[in-house]
Amino acid sequence: MNAALTDAGQSARPTRGADSRRLTERIFRIRESGIVAVLIVFVAVTFIVQHRFLSSTNITFVLTNTTIFALLALGETMVVITRNVDLSIGSVLGLSAYVSSNLFGQHHGISILAVFAVGLAIGVACGFANGLMVSLGRVPSLVVTLATLYIVRGIDILIVGGNEVIASTLPSSFIQIARANVLGVPYLAIGIAVLVGLGAYYLRSFRSGRELYAIGSSPDAARLAGIGVAKRICTAFVISGAIAGVAGVLWATEYQTIDSTAGTGYELAVIAAVVVGGVAIFGGSGSVIGAAVGALLLSTITSALYVLGISPFWDQAIAGFLLLVAISLDRAIGVRLLAALRLRSSRAR
Amino acid sequence: MDPFADVPVLSLRHAAKSFGAVRAVVDGTVDLYGGEAHALLGENGAGKSTMVKMLAGVHQPDAGQIEINGQPVSLNSPAAAQAAGIAVIYQEPTLFPDLSVAENIFMGRQPLRGFRRIDRRLLREMSVELFARLGVPLDPDRICRGLSIADQQLVEIAKALSLDARVIVMDEPTAALSAAEVARLFEVVRTLCASAAAVLFITHRLEEVFEICQRATVMRDGAHVLTAMVDDVSPDDLVRAMVGREMPVRERRGAAWTDDRGSEAEEGGGKAAPEGSPRASTAVLQAQRLTREGVFIDISFEVKAGEIVALAGLVGSGRSEVARAIFGIDRYDAGGVRLGGQPLRKASPAASMEAGIGYVPEDRRQQGLVMEMSIQQNVGLASLHRLQRRGLISSGAERSFASDWAQRLSLKYGRLTDPVSRLSGGNQQKVVLAKWLGRQPKVLIVDEPTRGIDIGTKAEVHRLLVQLASDGVAVLMISSELPEVLAIGDRILVMREGRLTAEFGYQEASEESIMAAATGQYEAQSS
Repeated sequence: MNAALTDAGQSARPTRGADSRRLTERIFRIRESGIVAVLIVFVAVTFIVQHRFLSSTNITFVLTNTTIFALLALGETMVVITRNVDLSIGSVLGLSAYVSSNLFGQHHGISILAVFAVGLAIGVACGFANGLMVSLGRVPSLVVTLATLYIVRGIDILIVGGNEVIASTLPSSFIQIARANVLGVPYLAIGIAVLVGLGAYYLRSFRSGRELYAIGSSPDAARLAGIGVAKRICTAFVISGAIAGVAGVLWATEYQTIDSTAGTGYELAVIAAVVVGGVAIFGGSGSVIGAAVGALLLSTITSALYVLGISPFWDQAIAGFLLLVAISLDRAIGVRLLAALRLRSSRAR
Repeated sequence: MDPFADVPVLSLRHAAKSFGAVRAVVDGTVDLYGGEAHALLGENGAGKSTMVKMLAGVHQPDAGQIEINGQPVSLNSPAAAQAAGIAVIYQEPTLFPDLSVAENIFMGRQPLRGFRRIDRRLLREMSVELFARLGVPLDPDRICRGLSIADQQLVEIAKALSLDARVIVMDEPTAALSAAEVARLFEVVRTLCASAAAVLFITHRLEEVFEICQRATVMRDGAHVLTAMVDDVSPDDLVRAMVGREMPVRERRGAAWTDDRGSEAEEGGGKAAPEGSPRASTAVLQAQRLTREGVFIDISFEVKAGEIVALAGLVGSGRSEVARAIFGIDRYDAGGVRLGGQPLRKASPAASMEAGIGYVPEDRRQQGLVMEMSIQQNVGLASLHRLQRRGLISSGAERSFASDWAQRLSLKYGRLTDPVSRLSGGNQQKVVLAKWLGRQPKVLIVDEPTRGIDIGTKAEVHRLLVQLASDGVAVLMISSELPEVLAIGDRILVMREGRLTAEFGYQEASEESIMAAATGQYEAQSS
């Protein structure tokens, strides 16, 4: 009685392997190359309107602005991949920036390395607190890190009061960290690019890295596969916190004037960069390179608007618009991919 | 050589496990010897899956113990069970949809090269090799999202093979496989047994038991009933042990009927709404050539007023998906649904509710109830428009509405303001039913209405469904429990791998004929 459609379903069989592979490969290439394409188009258009945009000063400027942003995106990606989110990074950055740079004024001759170590320690402590509450306390990370966002900022304000660290108290070798460059490319940018590359390699090639994806893809299956879910999630938060702590010290070298508002609201910009960069907000897929390119794209936009003489008000509006585009694109690709994959597997029967 | 003289590799002794008020397993006992394929049999709800989860380290037994090579062990996590050499293939595949097939197989155990990096090439080769053993050309680099249930099952099987486990537990591995794939799986099972591994094989297909198993254990209502050499028993013996009562289904049905349907039932000779009676002749719900790519194909049927149509088939055959598409939760790609002759808007549960369809989902805890809310709030949830006074929900109206339905369904509860999570499974299901009945639906779709419900309440739910049908509601019931299907279904539709494969009137149907149509393993017998 139902013979009509059976023929269509049982056509050629050998498609199961090669075809679907080509398909998934294509989709994945699209996911990472899409953002790069947007970046190139954006740079090209801006360059045509205003040649000054690709001057070496401006390139240096954009790269300097991207460094901290991309670094934070690296840490945030680790967390988002596990189907969690870390909202506290802006506050951790602020606290670390003030406490670490303030050391120069209090302890003359303190080594720069020690200052970085203090920033790192602050970050690790905050990240560990977040990680414990999320993994062992089983409280949703959105709630936990929203709370620590306020708590850490509160501690920051308590410590800073009305003070601020000013450039004259900082040693020039410290300030040079952000300024040193080769052919207009800041060493810091190179360093962070390498770090992002290492991060991508770690997530791709190490068991613990793959397990982060597994946890985000299906927490239940991860538990059944015997993955130490709590441990891994906790580690992701510690990494994100540690990166925010170090980013705080870098922030101090770059801006040199630090009060209690440093890094306020930065977490949302970072999450925007991560999502624009193609990391799925519900975990399981995306790459740190994509997230870093997302950060580069957002700071390029800021700079382009400046160069074009458009009000910086548009900066945030465009960032928001891009976010919507990224999410709709992600959704559209996801729906089409699923439909295509389903079709492949049904044809193969 | 007698393999059963030795110490068992794995045994579960008098294990018990309860979930809240539901006693899933009372006395779970099974011994597995190296080199044997051991069948674990029982009806749905007999506690097989819970036993599997205890062996897998997912659940810990409340009482009793697990022994490996005669030594008591505690398997307090899935990792511990894996480390003890137990691999489990779950009935519902648990895969990572975003990761590749190869990674799914070897997650946490990927082959490594220098500096503890994953050796991707070896990973791929090992996966290809596993699929070659299974004889399926599945692409290891493809992500798992979108794989059919059968292919997902194959990935699970490959995963278990890769573990080189001493004990492999297979919870209905063949449910979604084609005949050729089953034959290859059996080949693999025989190889495993030859290499002294023990296989615990759960299935609903008795002929598979006789084909590859040496021993069989039967569970009923959570307790061990029988363990025997397969050669010493007949299929009938096993069925009798599973069902536990020699009670021809037809008679039970007649009894249930006459109570509720009174004289009318007798006129129909045990059949409540006889063919040709005016009420039975109007088709209320019509599905016309419904198709959702890769899920179900060309599904056409109708449900008349006053009729219970049972949709049978194996888990993963697409039954629930059809129901979800009709109610509008999922889209369908082709075909249509008509309600009382009018086309129903697609992919809109609101339109379906408006038109008079009620839908009691399979998973009542996740989809049917708001567990934190009170009983009365849950009952009133689908009828809010009738409970509001000047735009606000009147709690008085809600209470009287809920207590009315609680009484009609003889719900057992403390107070109506108690959270619904405090009720037993059966009573929770009654709350879901009350929620929909409060809307006085023309069509009621129920998916596994008695899963995980104790026997007494089960009978009440059956009586309720029959009562509803006799009141003129068209009922579409999805069920994996064949006794239930046979007891209250007026017509029985069977699905296999996304297609409708058979339709029976209730007189023609038997467990065997339904299973034959559902599995496609052997030709349908003429009944």
